[in-house]
Amino acid sequence: MPGLGASFGRGGATGDLQDLSNADVIVIEGSNMAECHPVGFQWVMEAKARGAKVIHVDPRFTRTSALADTYVPIRSGTDIVFLGAIVNRVLTQERDFREYVLAYTNASWIVSEDFQDTEDLDGLFSGFDAEKRSYDTSSWQYEGSEHHGDDEEDTARAQESESGHQLGAGGAAVEHRDIRRDPTLQHPRTVWQILKRHFSRYTPEMVAEVCGVPTDVFDEVAEAWISNSNRERTTALVYSVGWTQRGTGVQYIRTGAILQLLLGNMGRPGGGIMALRGHASIQGSTDIPTLYNLLPGYLPMPHAEKHADLATYVDQIRGQGQKGFWGNAESYVVSLLKAYFGDRATAENDYMFDALPRIDGDHGTYGQVMDMLEGGKIFGYFLLGQNPAVGSANGRAQRLGMANLDWVVVRDLVEIESATFWKDAPEVETGEIVPEECRTEVFLMPAASHVEKEGTFTQTQRMLQWREKAVNPPGDATSELWFFYHLGRRMREKLAGSTDPRDRPLLDVAWDYPVHGEEQEPSSEDVLKEINGYDLTTGELLPGYTAMRPDGTTSGGCWIYSGVYADGVNQAARRKPGREQSLHAHEWGWAWPMNRRMLYNRASADPDGKPWSERKALVWWDEAAGRWTGDDVPDFEVTKPPSYRPPEGATGVEAIAGDDPFIMQSDGKGWLYAPKGVVDGPLPAHYEPAESPFRNTVYTQQQNPAREIYTNHLNEVHPSPPERGSEVFPYVWTTSRMTEHHTAGGMSRFLPYLAELQPALFMEVSPELAAERGLTHMGWAHVVTARAVVEARVMVTDRLAPLRVQDRVVHQIWLPYHWGQGGLTTGDVVNDLVHLTLDPNVHIQEFKAGTCDVRPGRRPRGRAVLELIDEYRVRGGVTMSTGTVAVTAEFLDPDGRSRAEQADDGAVAAGEGHDDEDLDKVVSVEHDIRSRPGQPQQHGAALRVLEESPRSGPRDGRDRHDEGRQG
Amino acid sequence: MVVVPVAVRPAERRVRPHGAAAARLAHDGRAPGGRVYVRGVGVRTWIEGWPVYRQLTGDDPLGRGAATQSKRSKSLTPRTVTADRVAKSVCPYCAVGCGQRVYVKDERVVQIEGDPDSPHSRGRLCPKGSASEQLVNGDARLTRIKYRAPYATEWSELDLETAMEMITDRVLDARRRGWQDADERGNKLNRTMGIASLGGATLDNEENYLIKKLFTAMGAIQVENQARI
Repeated sequence: MPGLGASFGRGGATGDLQDLSNADVIVIEGSNMAECHPVGFQWVMEAKARGAKVIHVDPRFTRTSALADTYVPIRSGTDIVFLGAIVNRVLTQERDFREYVLAYTNASWIVSEDFQDTEDLDGLFSGFDAEKRSYDTSSWQYEGSEHHGDDEEDTARAQESESGHQLGAGGAAVEHRDIRRDPTLQHPRTVWQILKRHFSRYTPEMVAEVCGVPTDVFDEVAEAWISNSNRERTTALVYSVGWTQRGTGVQYIRTGAILQLLLGNMGRPGGGIMALRGHASIQGSTDIPTLYNLLPGYLPMPHAEKHADLATYVDQIRGQGQKGFWGNAESYVVSLLKAYFGDRATAENDYMFDALPRIDGDHGTYGQVMDMLEGGKIFGYFLLGQNPAVGSANGRAQRLGMANLDWVVVRDLVEIESATFWKDAPEVETGEIVPEECRTEVFLMPAASHVEKEGTFTQTQRMLQWREKAVNPPGDATSELWFFYHLGRRMREKLAGSTDPRDRPLLDVAWDYPVHGEEQEPSSEDVLKEINGYDLTTGELLPGYTAMRPDGTTSGGCWIYSGVYADGVNQAARRKPGREQSLHAHEWGWAWPMNRRMLYNRASADPDGKPWSERKALVWWDEAAGRWTGDDVPDFEVTKPPSYRPPEGATGVEAIAGDDPFIMQSDGKGWLYAPKGVVDGPLPAHYEPAESPFRNTVYTQQQNPAREIYTNHLNEVHPSPPERGSEVFPYVWTTSRMTEHHTAGGMSRFLPYLAELQPALFMEVSPELAAERGLTHMGWAHVVTARAVVEARVMVTDRLAPLRVQDRVVHQIWLPYHWGQGGLTTGDVVNDLVHLTLDPNVHIQEFKAGTCDVRPGRRPRGRAVLELIDEYRVRGGVTMSTGTVAVTAEFLDPDGRSRAEQADDGAVAAGEGHDDEDLDKVVSVEHDIRSRPGQPQQHGAALRVLEESPRSGPRDGRDRHDEGRQG
Repeated sequence: MVVVPVAVRPAERRVRPHGAAAARLAHDGRAPGGRVYVRGVGVRTWIEGWPVYRQLTGDDPLGRGAATQSKRSKSLTPRTVTADRVAKSVCPYCAVGCGQRVYVKDERVVQIEGDPDSPHSRGRLCPKGSASEQLVNGDARLTRIKYRAPYATEWSELDLETAMEMITDRVLDARRRGWQDADERGNKLNRTMGIASLGGATLDNEENYLIKKLFTAMGAIQVENQARI
């Protein structure tokens, strides 16, 4: 969540669901909250009942829209223009919350004179390197700290290793002491003036032209938001995966953050940004990450080049002269290493920092899939309650990748598609996977359900809730805790006595968990205590992370969770009924950090510590008592007065002034402008989605220049203007979920009630599109992209209104993505349509907008599916280099570098090479992934050029393929 | 395991209008259905047996609760009442984290209901959360290990011990085959690229903690989860 992390210092929802009821206006954008978080939506309805205005901005009319006061249909992928125009209005009409902005944001800070904006460079920021597809951020820094920027190598590295993700618990490091300010905001290089210039072209007219939102509707939203954000009133912003699953998702969130800071809504009751997470413990699985680039508590995974030893590593985290709680990073790191390696970790051996494995690039899940397809790199794969054959982008690449492995361990409740790809994947029908020739060994292990084990989930408002165990798991079903404890135990037993230094960390890791009962289950409470941490000198549980020490006398597996076992009590298991508590219910569960429910709540008071208004009071300074008090745990040092100013040269916690409410930021302020922490620009700029039927009219630059592309023949991207061929894919598809099903369907399609409630895959189209393409309500149709063909029943509905964009009508097609071939209700895998183009900050795919064609009737069967895809490739001129242009201006310039050169330079994961002359023809590839006994499959046959009828191609290919197999 | 005695139940009665109405009906002495042909009191009882009469005279004019209760429905007992114990849990679907009460009888989950004590869900569950008893007890639930050998066209079975042993061997083998000591420039890597993992977001924090700890100790860096997706 670097969008929130870079802006405020922590990558989590800023308040709790209950607090939405305090809002005067609630804007829901990029979320269908009523259907996807139905029970949370009661707090929106509560606010509405108290008189709040509810606004829903979304491509599709849903039950959220039905319950809103105002519904705004918008073209998918254009939110930055919509929000940017509101920012523009706030700035030009000076309707910001000026006292808040001056005191709590970086508005008055002066930026380097080297900085050039998208206004100067027609859609690029200064420092872009087209070959590396990344920015040198030196020129983005504040005046006087240019040397703190990252050159393009650093940024490329930050991008690969996703350092943006580390902003989950703290902002990026900047040197703050030398920064010049102009409190009058008049200096032309203040953040304020830069913002004003940057957003000046985001006008209501631009909104109408790009988003398809009429000017009067825009006015209504802008006025409601702005006029309900001041001392007396607050507006809350709600978003969900409709914003995050984008090629530029982080910048969507940044735009929302800028607006909420300018309007003074952060840290205040009824304000803030509610980031609705999609799953039970998504927040938890980034806090205590199973992510390649992070260690627990958003500590970075050590990098091969950057982190030679513990001292270097710690210095890089805490930065130089930086403010805030990252100043104590060494305590967090050493405590983690003590939790990992116990007595083996000592000051003399750098607490075994050397033993940690190093990353040096993008090792994310989509990069892994590319390696699986290539073969010979990854041999085994664990799938733990996850069904990538249905749930991940480009399902074909996922399944073909798994069919090219030695073994897969699937642990789940039911027989999901990721366990059965070898016998019933769509690729079996097309002949690309032949069971008798697929070598992958599959272990499908039954897992314990949520009531058959105890432990904590961290839900959307950063709150940990403990689940009691109700019954034992059935048969051979086991928990992940059981599985991984015993896997580790067995590995250690087999390696016992090994003298190989590579085995030392595994033999030295602290793995002596007591087991209980006949099942030999480890105790989740023991693990939660380890996460909380101990004072190793007394054996007592730590009260919180401020008690952690850098000298090896404390342990703690995740510093931000320290305090969850304060006083020896499982705080996450507290269940004092809500009706016996205040709204924020501090005695129900436990929220990180330190049970604070409303982040940055110091900002709910003015610089002097008094509430901005009686109506919106939350936390304030009690002069008599000499402490902060109020209705929440202060997100501030409780006895530090508002008047406190740090002494000269102070760093870390000591450097946080009494009016610095963003205590995890390196300068204590909310960031309107992000000189660091976001790799694709210090400010948000609108680019068209990676696939769009429209030319970008905001800048010459068409797509996010720093987007991450995987070049592979299974992942070809459609052309967008100004490249030719986009008319072959004239419609926009968007996907999302339904109330009655859950993500990849493993937890819903197999349940009789839910399968009955939503018994079939369908697509929603407008009556106009139905007429244009001859689609009939309840009949069949199929959607075609260069990746896949997906059929579904047609629902003709005015929920998807055609929009007028750039003086022509655009149709959008919506599909839910929950289906696969297993379960009680079956259907095609919608995510097969999706290409892998990723946000450069977080490596999340673009699930929410792409282009396609739609045709009436059922899709072809067998190999004819591949022939249809090839036919479209021929017509659209789709190759591995279409849609990969980095700098549009260079593409348009006939003397500039060729598209092929740019594509070659920009490809993050190398695919098949391609020659210049091929690019004017159409390249197709035989999809050959069949493994042969005893030989790891190298993926992909030779490139073939289709020059004549596309229909002759696949047949030729098949013949050649058959010969090859016999040989 | 912490259990809550079933005897403490007033709260969940308050959640559901049906339950509350039913409870009132059971206690206020008004006679529900049943035709009793006895003069005087009998006629009155007989008339009170008509739902429409109860709708017009009682406190359920819309006929959505007590007024429509039949003799048969009155004779039914909710599974929540006869349960042996209740475990306090959390819904495993979306990230709202609604409180759940899991009712257990004879060591089997018999019902899952919203927990009215939860400050943010206040007893409510959506269709998925309400269906979660089927997630636990559904017919499709796996209870034995299925094994697909290379090139096989069907599943076979494995016992847990054998499967764990086979998996342990494969992990150690893949770890060694994919091992990298250092990069070309001599920077330490200490890792294996032979193993990848993708986890869902219904894993507990404690489970994720052990997974990351074990993978890090064995040098496997390619650990990912749904948060990326």
